[in-house]
Amino acid sequence: MNEEQGGGPGNPRAIVVGHGEFAGGLVSAVGQICGMADKLVVLSMMGMTPEDIESTIRGELDRTGARVIFTDLPAGSATIAARRIVKEDPGIVLVSGVNLATLLDFVFSTAASPTEAARAAAERGKASLIVVGR
Amino acid sequence: MAIHLYRIDDRLIHGQVVVGWGQPLNARFMVLVDDLVASSDWEKELYRMAVPPEMEIFFADVATAVRDHARYASDPRPGIVITGDIASMYRLVKGVKAIGSVNLGGIHHRAGRIQKLRYVFLTPDEERQLRELEAAGVEVTAQDVPSARARPLSEVLEGESP
Repeated sequence: MNEEQGGGPGNPRAIVVGHGEFAGGLVSAVGQICGMADKLVVLSMMGMTPEDIESTIRGELDRTGARVIFTDLPAGSATIAARRIVKEDPGIVLVSGVNLATLLDFVFSTAASPTEAARAAAERGKASLIVVGR
Repeated sequence: MAIHLYRIDDRLIHGQVVVGWGQPLNARFMVLVDDLVASSDWEKELYRMAVPPEMEIFFADVATAVRDHARYASDPRPGIVITGDIASMYRLVKGVKAIGSVNLGGIHHRAGRIQKLRYVFLTPDEERQLRELEAAGVEVTAQDVPSARARPLSEVLEGESP
């Protein structure tokens, strides 16, 4: 687990969680590109039970006040855990299938709510997937 | 037999199962055997949304899975059967008697469990159930992903050197 401090009041904050070192790698890339890794909390779920994953995410939401969870795979256990959390607290937003373009859009967002920021970021992330070649 | 993998994994449906095993096995259906999940529409919907569109998912409690196993096994499509704990797989294997192998895929730390591998922790009761399955002729191996070596139960129970 790793969180750099920063992020002023009103700035969006989110938890990024995924397989292996996925979350740390993505957030490190955000930091390298724009220096705003402090808007994101990195969680790894290696070796955790489903209950541990869920309670760790809950704990980080409480601790940081983040309202958005980014996960890697729709089928991943982090996504399953996050969906359980969203069921209990519809104010939390889950975005699965996160990529670098999504996170970059999110950290720069000036949207009024985390939900709006997350939705716009997800659209940007989808649009960033392009195929070049025959 | 259309069922290519009988897996015990406390995360049930997740990346390692759907992608790690599902892709190389070309799995087209999955049977999630769990008494709790089978009794909850919300839980079923949760896991249904986690599988890709080309994969069909069936939910069953252990008793139903025992009853319907022949139907799953005669499905011409490649399939995976998964339970979230050893006790459920033990009951399934004992009830069906046609299951030749069981894969330990992810049984993580909980109170009372002792670490055997990075991804396998067992209580004495769970260890006994696995030994019983093996004594009955079921091949029990631990293998988290297809590219890893399948470790026989004897090796699993010896544990891993730190």
